[in-house]
Amino acid sequence: MAHSYTPGLKVLKKTIFKKERILPLKGDVLVKSGDQLTPDTIVASTNLPGNVQMLKVSNILNIDPKDVVDALQVKEAQEVKKGDIIAETSGIFGMFKSSVESPVDGTIESISQSTGRVVVREAPIPVEVDAYVSGVVDEVVENEGIVLKSNAAFIQGIFGIAGEKRGDLLLVSSGPGEELTADQITADMKGKILIGGSFLSLDAYKKALSIQVAGIVVGGFNYYDLKAILGYNLGVAITGTEKLNTALIVTEGYGSIPMSEATFSLLKENDGKAASINGATQIRAGVIRPEIVIPIDAGNTDDDSNSKIPEGIQEGSTVRVIRSPNFGKIGKVISLPSELNKMESETMVRVAEINIDGKNILIPRANLEMVETE
Amino acid sequence: MSKKIKSILATDCGSTTTKAVLIEWKEDRYRLTFRGEAPTTVEAPFEDVTKGVLNAVMEVEELSGRTILDGDKIITPDDGSKGVDIYVSTSSAGGGLQMMVAGVVKSMSGESAERAALGAGSIVMDVLASNDGRLPHEKITRIRQLRPDMILLSGGTDGGTTTHVMELAEILAAANPRPRLGQNYKLPVIYAGNNKAQDSIRETLGEISDLDIVDNIRPVLEQENLEPSRDKIHDLFMEHVMAQAPGYKKLMSWTDAPIMPTPGAVGSLIEMIAKKENISVVGVDIGGATTDIFSVFEGKFNRTVSANLGMSYSICNVLAESGLDNVLRWVPFDIDRSELTNRIGNKMIRPTTVPQSLEELVIEQAIAREALRLSFIQHKEFATSLKGVQSERTISDAFEQSSSGQSLVNMMDLDLLVGSGGVLSHAPRRQQSARMLIDAFMPEGITQLAVDSIFMMPQLGVLANIDKDELKEDASQAALEVFDNDCLIRLGTCLTPVGNAKPNSRMADVTLTFGDGSVKEIEINEGSLKMMEHPYEEVKVHIKPVRGIDVGAGKGEELESVIYGGVVGLIFDGRNRPITLSKESDQRIDSLLKWSKAVDEYPKGEMF
Repeated sequence: MAHSYTPGLKVLKKTIFKKERILPLKGDVLVKSGDQLTPDTIVASTNLPGNVQMLKVSNILNIDPKDVVDALQVKEAQEVKKGDIIAETSGIFGMFKSSVESPVDGTIESISQSTGRVVVREAPIPVEVDAYVSGVVDEVVENEGIVLKSNAAFIQGIFGIAGEKRGDLLLVSSGPGEELTADQITADMKGKILIGGSFLSLDAYKKALSIQVAGIVVGGFNYYDLKAILGYNLGVAITGTEKLNTALIVTEGYGSIPMSEATFSLLKENDGKAASINGATQIRAGVIRPEIVIPIDAGNTDDDSNSKIPEGIQEGSTVRVIRSPNFGKIGKVISLPSELNKMESETMVRVAEINIDGKNILIPRANLEMVETE
Repeated sequence: MSKKIKSILATDCGSTTTKAVLIEWKEDRYRLTFRGEAPTTVEAPFEDVTKGVLNAVMEVEELSGRTILDGDKIITPDDGSKGVDIYVSTSSAGGGLQMMVAGVVKSMSGESAERAALGAGSIVMDVLASNDGRLPHEKITRIRQLRPDMILLSGGTDGGTTTHVMELAEILAAANPRPRLGQNYKLPVIYAGNNKAQDSIRETLGEISDLDIVDNIRPVLEQENLEPSRDKIHDLFMEHVMAQAPGYKKLMSWTDAPIMPTPGAVGSLIEMIAKKENISVVGVDIGGATTDIFSVFEGKFNRTVSANLGMSYSICNVLAESGLDNVLRWVPFDIDRSELTNRIGNKMIRPTTVPQSLEELVIEQAIAREALRLSFIQHKEFATSLKGVQSERTISDAFEQSSSGQSLVNMMDLDLLVGSGGVLSHAPRRQQSARMLIDAFMPEGITQLAVDSIFMMPQLGVLANIDKDELKEDASQAALEVFDNDCLIRLGTCLTPVGNAKPNSRMADVTLTFGDGSVKEIEINEGSLKMMEHPYEEVKVHIKPVRGIDVGAGKGEELESVIYGGVVGLIFDGRNRPITLSKESDQRIDSLLKWSKAVDEYPKGEMF
């Protein structure tokens, strides 16, 4: 039977979720293999080199760069406190001295005779990495961090904003086609992860933000509303560093689009459970999609859907159209003709024949997405 | 004629696809005979670029029926029935070559360093300069964040003051940057500044980096010396960056010439063609994330990369930078604005989809016009004469207000405009490619248009760069002949008179004399667009512009020339420059529909 491969987002009821938790620079790993972790457990820590202050000593003292050495009161590698004298001229008969003080606490890193500059490095900046999801340490990466393992339900969104958050899931919309409205968001939802249906308006997001909802998972959002949240037009889909209290994960795309049945029912099934989410998205080579991880009982782990070989689109597969016309509609594959077909745009493409609402239509395979059903 | 090279295998390892071509000596010239492609295998689970190369070559083997591989080896030389004489490759896999450059004055040594890095085929992540307005600690943070593949440091004229360039060196030293790939080697730094500072530079950067010192990029203000830096970048690209990428050591051992960064190879081919034909050329490659523009004017080569102007990953950035109105002005129907922005947003998050409906295609091509237009504006601003050069000015110069740092790009001088990249190369009708190129670049006078349908320019570029004495001549002949015969699809020639003209008034009379002796007269009126089908054959042309209108010989001056048709034909563009569209929606749509109809751009139906 003919089939084709299309990218599909993961919607997994039960999987072994693994995640690297790695430091930006080498440092200390604080846990060992097999340790139980909660999302807040600090697994590794290190110190980033401190900021650098460059003091133009020769300019300030109005002396030649090569004479800076004579005026110095400090040596390389010496620790200094804010206000300590770094260099001083001898003045005239001990009077009219001019001096340079350290603007910060730090260490003298270097002294340059060619430019007359002294470099003071501030104290190191500590960095910690937490576990993010509850689970166990599967592997320790020496001096760098760990690989965490957890039995979890796992869902990928198509696009998100803001980084890692955690909270209990709370079903708000009653169905995948229902909009999550501002008046449904109430003060007691602080710290929760809300589950919506087809759409979230800018007003509703702003309200969630004001009461510090941890995150919202919804089918669609308007592209032009992002500007009001981010403060700029989102030109390329690289997100995750936004400093927002409420992460947003869009599962289907821009506009009002019902959340896929599979995603909605899995979230509904886990209503009330603790989850970890991350809105970080990067659509480039090495794609990163936003994610929802819901740790589940460790008891039964044999259903490892993550390791299943992804099946391509086949006759009978359920697919969704991901580009206009028919955007967002779901249908069944009737046939996968092998020859190229001419579209209305005159583009020659490989197509699939899809039954949507009782009608058979030809759609480019590149414009289809597999809907994984269990 | 006996040839030293009878067959050539060339590959280009892109970030997603590895393409292989087979070039063979056929009777009296080199021709592209077969091509194959396969997914690039730099990332997990393969992590060996040669796997993708072998797969692409295997496809060539299957199609050609010729044995090229012996297991995991390319058979050389060609014994008449199997093997090839030489093998070359380019690469942009793993994000290509990413550099950071530094110069004392941003618009002088900073710009020269940027030109050298871009010309060598790299992406310039940032230009640091003493006068860029950032404080030292901000510069240091930036260097640390970016993790470039290498750094080019320049500044100062030879024998001049060393203080400023040393300050930059000290900032680099304080940042102690790490290379992007590989934890265990030092970051390559090239110093191409004031020769008087070389010893101090060694002292400051010698320990913490892998330092190379080359001739000054601006030995004197009036002179730019890019070659030594460009060559060194290519060497380091091979030695460091490529050597870190999985499988490249093996690939390097197979090739008969150094592996070049893809855009570097394209640039050198365009440079070579411009030189050989003595013409001005603009080449553009519009991709999903970036748009590269190459140009040669007055014999000077320039390349720019517009990092966030592309048709999928960065399509929303085109919208953000040009504004929705500028995109919509090319769309000949009314559309709900919020729906349109959602649609464009969805293309960004699902970048592999294709336009199924005519409406989607028209919108995509409208965005392409804007992406190309904005990229070309950036290119024109960068491709300038040297800045900071003092010249003697006469009274007449003072009236002209000319100064140093003027753009070299002169559209009236442009002879050949070549487009490549999905939206241009795979447009369902070639007329659409021609229209996109004309509307975005707005050529003036006589300009030949072409597209590189399968983007072969990288492979031909590296072929043209082979410098082994015994192979050099044949290799560059092969590159040029294949470029002429197989690489370019000639769209035709665009004739554009420019100057002050009233709406609908006559701008020029054109007399065309064809090979069979027949003659045709065409009138170009302001605001009109006409097309005449004619294949890629010579046509003698005589153009007589009205007073005040220029077609290339000066205002009101007649011009005789030889032009060529192509798959589209001859286009007579009376839309003046810049092309302006009415603010009134009805009039604008009317003009767009008229122009589309004139060149048979879209299928006839409800919309057109």
